[in-house]
Amino acid sequence: MMQVVNPVRYQDFSLERATQVVQEFKDQPGALINALHKLQDTFGYVDEAAMPMLAKLFNLSRAEVHGVTSFYHDFRRSKPGTYTVRVCQAEACQAMGSVELTEAIKQQLGVDFHETTADGTFTLERVYCLGNCACAPSIMIDKQTYGRMTADRFKSLAESLSAKAKGSN
Amino acid sequence: MSIRVYVPRETTASSLGAELLVDALTTEAKYRGLDITIVRNGSRGACFLEPLVEVETAQGRVGYGPVQLEDIPDLFDADFLNGGQHRLSLGDVEKLPWFANQERLTFARCGIIAATSVEEYKAHGGFKGLENALAKEPAAIVQEVLDSGLRGRGGAAFPTGIKWQTVANAEADQKYIVCNADEGDSGTFSDRMIMEGDPLSLIEGMTIAGIAVGATKGYIYLRSEYPLTQQILLEAIANAEAAGYLGNNVAGSGKAFTLEVRMGAGAYICGEETSLLESLEGKRGQVRYKPPLPALKGLFGKPTVVNNVISLATVPVILEKGGKHYANFGRGRSLGTMPFQLGGNIKFGGLVEKAFGLTLRQLIEDFGGGTYTGRPVRAVQVGGPLGAYFPASLLDTPLDYEEFAKAGGMLGHGGVVVFDDTVNMARMARFSMEFCAAESCGKCTPCRIGSTRGMETIDRIVAAKNEEEREAQHIILKDLCETMEVASLCAMGGLTPMPVMSAVKHFKGDFQ
Repeated sequence: MMQVVNPVRYQDFSLERATQVVQEFKDQPGALINALHKLQDTFGYVDEAAMPMLAKLFNLSRAEVHGVTSFYHDFRRSKPGTYTVRVCQAEACQAMGSVELTEAIKQQLGVDFHETTADGTFTLERVYCLGNCACAPSIMIDKQTYGRMTADRFKSLAESLSAKAKGSN
Repeated sequence: MSIRVYVPRETTASSLGAELLVDALTTEAKYRGLDITIVRNGSRGACFLEPLVEVETAQGRVGYGPVQLEDIPDLFDADFLNGGQHRLSLGDVEKLPWFANQERLTFARCGIIAATSVEEYKAHGGFKGLENALAKEPAAIVQEVLDSGLRGRGGAAFPTGIKWQTVANAEADQKYIVCNADEGDSGTFSDRMIMEGDPLSLIEGMTIAGIAVGATKGYIYLRSEYPLTQQILLEAIANAEAAGYLGNNVAGSGKAFTLEVRMGAGAYICGEETSLLESLEGKRGQVRYKPPLPALKGLFGKPTVVNNVISLATVPVILEKGGKHYANFGRGRSLGTMPFQLGGNIKFGGLVEKAFGLTLRQLIEDFGGGTYTGRPVRAVQVGGPLGAYFPASLLDTPLDYEEFAKAGGMLGHGGVVVFDDTVNMARMARFSMEFCAAESCGKCTPCRIGSTRGMETIDRIVAAKNEEEREAQHIILKDLCETMEVASLCAMGGLTPMPVMSAVKHFKGDFQ
């Protein structure tokens, strides 16, 4: 049996709420990335409309804020599915069949990397190393890592997660 | 009396169902009217035994593992709370050869104590190093680290004491200690394990560093792929603050040191120290030109010590037992112990802390038990994605910085990834270029462009119609790799040729 994570409920984006949640970083030196994380944790992504507000808050140009947001793989520009599935692509997982596992997961979900399933349940992303290299291959769903993953185990996990997402709607 | 049951709160154990066990153990004990206390330790490092459940019995601590949810009623039936025999019985796990043959200095407490408890940390020798440090002049603390021979465990292996000395000698109104916890190398997890299993050792190490060089503020730059680690670190920092080990008056010394954890955002390059500093300043993680050295102009332009997690977490034991004691381990210029990480296709994977000098074969065969699939070992990548691929014929290379360099590789952060004979090394070489293309910060051309050209060239080698065509492309690849090696700004572009060229050198037959 596997740990079934609870679906994350993101808030709907509003500039007012966004401005509110990042205030705590105002006087911290160099805290733009903290603020971006906070926005993403709150809304599931970093909305374009938040950029001028962040620029003003940290006394930066909008280009700088955009440059930072686009540099880091973590920051998304649109709302993700209920669950974000990250599949490790690094060497240790490859040694344990992650290339085949990745294909199976793509098939199972019917999406490629950076895409979201039609029902809005899963967004698929790649990741390079989850630090679970002795129990490869590994995937991560939201903040939960799963080791020794197989196509079959993923299938049953995805089904449980789907059911849970629908049940809580 | 309540019986103490240890269930690791740690990423690997959790990835295999440990959190489910906590609930099930609690429920089952309640149902049977038994009084248990669940203690959340870290992992002892034997990943193949996770989730490893241990019980403190009258005869000592005994282990059961790997435990799955369905084993729980069975374990209770076997009276595991009193050390009863069960199919999963391991006895005293420290007596298992896998543990008994290790030399644990940095990881001495990891997996044994409740990870974030100041009380248990102190009961196992914690904060003795800090106590000793506070009784010394700052210069004497630096001397102790110099005497230990400790070299940066992040991969570059620069002498830690010399870095500290440079920062200590710099004049500035503010200095910083920065811990590089952006453990992005595939096959490495020792940073994560110590931060989850003995986070106070990192906190103590950073505090000692602060006192030694005159820094009052520390940052831990943690990769975002480690959310559980973040929770545990924050808890440990709060506990250290409450116990007076962090803050304006560290352990009553009148000296100040505070710590902040900042999260990365999925950029591998931010493990490079100058890129990490940029990221800590809230900028794009682009590599800086050196000089100036971070030791003189680092975070926010101030003198900064940037050390890896393991380097810093090793400082307490050096200050507790003395630099000379630490230097008694290891050989040549590779002194002390190294927490090696065995991963990939390996039967008994996990963390093996051992003095430098054992061979790769001893690590993979004696500790690791060979491959997970049971097939022959064909290739081993040591030192992360920028490390060389070694063929089975080089397995007798001793694990030591100089010996590895001599054999055309590098130890790096001590990650060892094993592949069986089904691996295609042309595919792995292409992946190295692909990874570099995906993760390059883009500042210098050899890395940014070279990685993509490298991918294309390897594709052409594999697709070549005849030997002549293939050889011509091999020459281009070699030339490209030489350019990347000498002309890149940092180790990302500079070392990507290492796995690529080692694959060509040792496994040329795969490139067709």
